[in-house]
Amino acid sequence: MCGIVGLFVKNPALQSKLGAHLETMLIGMSERGPDSAGIAVYHSPVAQGRSKLTLFNADDAYPWRKLAGDLGAGLSVETDVSQKGNHALLTAEASESKVIEWLHANRPDVRIMGYGKLMEVYKDMGLPGEVAKKYGLQKMSGTHAIGHTRMATESAVTTEHSHPFTPAPDMCLVHNGSLSNHNNLRKWLRKQGQTFDTDNDSEVAARYFAYRLSEGASLNEALEAGLTDLDGFFTFTMGTKDGFAVVRDGIACKPAVLAENDDWVAMASEFRSLAYLPNIEKAKIWEPAPATVYTWSLH
Amino acid sequence: MNVIDLSRTPLREVNSRLQKLPNDTNERLWKLINVHGEHACAVGLTKPIEVQIDGHIGYYCGGMNQEATIVVNGQCGVGLAENIMSGEVRVKGNASAAAGATGQGGLIVIEGDAGTRCGISMKGVDIVVGGSVGAMSAFMAQAGSLVVCGDAGANLGDSLYEARIYVQGKVESLGADCVEKKMTPHHLAKLERLLKRAGINGDPSKFKRFGSARKLYNFHVDNVDAY
Repeated sequence: MCGIVGLFVKNPALQSKLGAHLETMLIGMSERGPDSAGIAVYHSPVAQGRSKLTLFNADDAYPWRKLAGDLGAGLSVETDVSQKGNHALLTAEASESKVIEWLHANRPDVRIMGYGKLMEVYKDMGLPGEVAKKYGLQKMSGTHAIGHTRMATESAVTTEHSHPFTPAPDMCLVHNGSLSNHNNLRKWLRKQGQTFDTDNDSEVAARYFAYRLSEGASLNEALEAGLTDLDGFFTFTMGTKDGFAVVRDGIACKPAVLAENDDWVAMASEFRSLAYLPNIEKAKIWEPAPATVYTWSLH
Repeated sequence: MNVIDLSRTPLREVNSRLQKLPNDTNERLWKLINVHGEHACAVGLTKPIEVQIDGHIGYYCGGMNQEATIVVNGQCGVGLAENIMSGEVRVKGNASAAAGATGQGGLIVIEGDAGTRCGISMKGVDIVVGGSVGAMSAFMAQAGSLVVCGDAGANLGDSLYEARIYVQGKVESLGADCVEKKMTPHHLAKLERLLKRAGINGDPSKFKRFGSARKLYNFHVDNVDAY
């Protein structure tokens, strides 16, 4: 079982409260996922020509400064790093592909949680409220954010298997459900040049959508294609650099509630997570229909 | 009226208090405020009291209800009034999936829309929906009536045993063994009574009636190749 939350801010005046609201929403999903939690927040874009990566190593005393120094020397670029728990936020004056290539070659012990120009991703064990606190979610501003709380029923509680999955720059996906054709799809995606970090079915969905988007599909088209190609149970919530999407399978047995007003769009597995949003009393609240794609864009 | 603030009183305490009221209680009118989408609110009530719930509520609200009248001034989550035995549960807004699941008696009124599988496996409850219902409503329904003033989603009445379904608007598709049936004066009168009892506006003459073709009741030897 797990809980999903997502918040997409339409009114710029509310951007400073994004993290605070998402934290409340995430805590609302504690009973659906007390084992671990993950968040992806779209905020503080880096300057042109720079890239931003969230990195992970289980050791709290991992030498992140040395990593940043070595990376800077290796690529002859300026870098900056700050530690948050067992994660580090790294920015570099280089393309993300160059940084990733260097990390794979020189720091195989570091896992890349997410990358791009503005998305930051943190996943950790513990109650959602504790995880949110540890990574300072409350103070994060931005345009949109997605969270996931997990109750492990079939595999170990590790950060590796935690959502959100981040298959492409500034793209993340959270999933409640299970896919039944993920092995075939994984095989097919590998043939299309996609690589996988885990054996997780949700990662297959994430890479499937990343592949469709990389082939030029719009967010809407990618999700529509997924309704045909993905077999199984799912409620997905997805973030891209400027978009936010929700889709459920044709049977729609994995819960989802959407709410929207002039200021924001919010998604959660249960209403409990939406109950404290500003002006929720007057928001439009509905259950997303089966096999129907819902998308919002900043532009 | 007794008002209970759920931001101060734990839900279990509230439910317990309502469940333990004596038969001859004078405290017949209750209001729950600051409910913030709590699950299993006002469940297992057995006395003829009225409980008003202000705000949106979570899963299984009014479950297993007997005798009590529950009114939700807001929206509600999955499994509204599941296995209701008697009494009335009314929602002023929309209801999520599986409203009235396995309900055995009483009345459920959803003034807005209901999600998927409304009235799944209903066994005698009457459900009146002011708006539309989602896909697979009245799935495996066994007895009772489902009245839909708006439209019905795909596969209405799939694998229906008995139960009567009345729809005023469009039906996207009928499920296995669900067929349209003639609206007799007897059914029209029953529909009129139900709408009146629910306080929902609808023109009985515009409704169509659906029910079971009763072809799935027994194994049919012609279908042996399918197994």
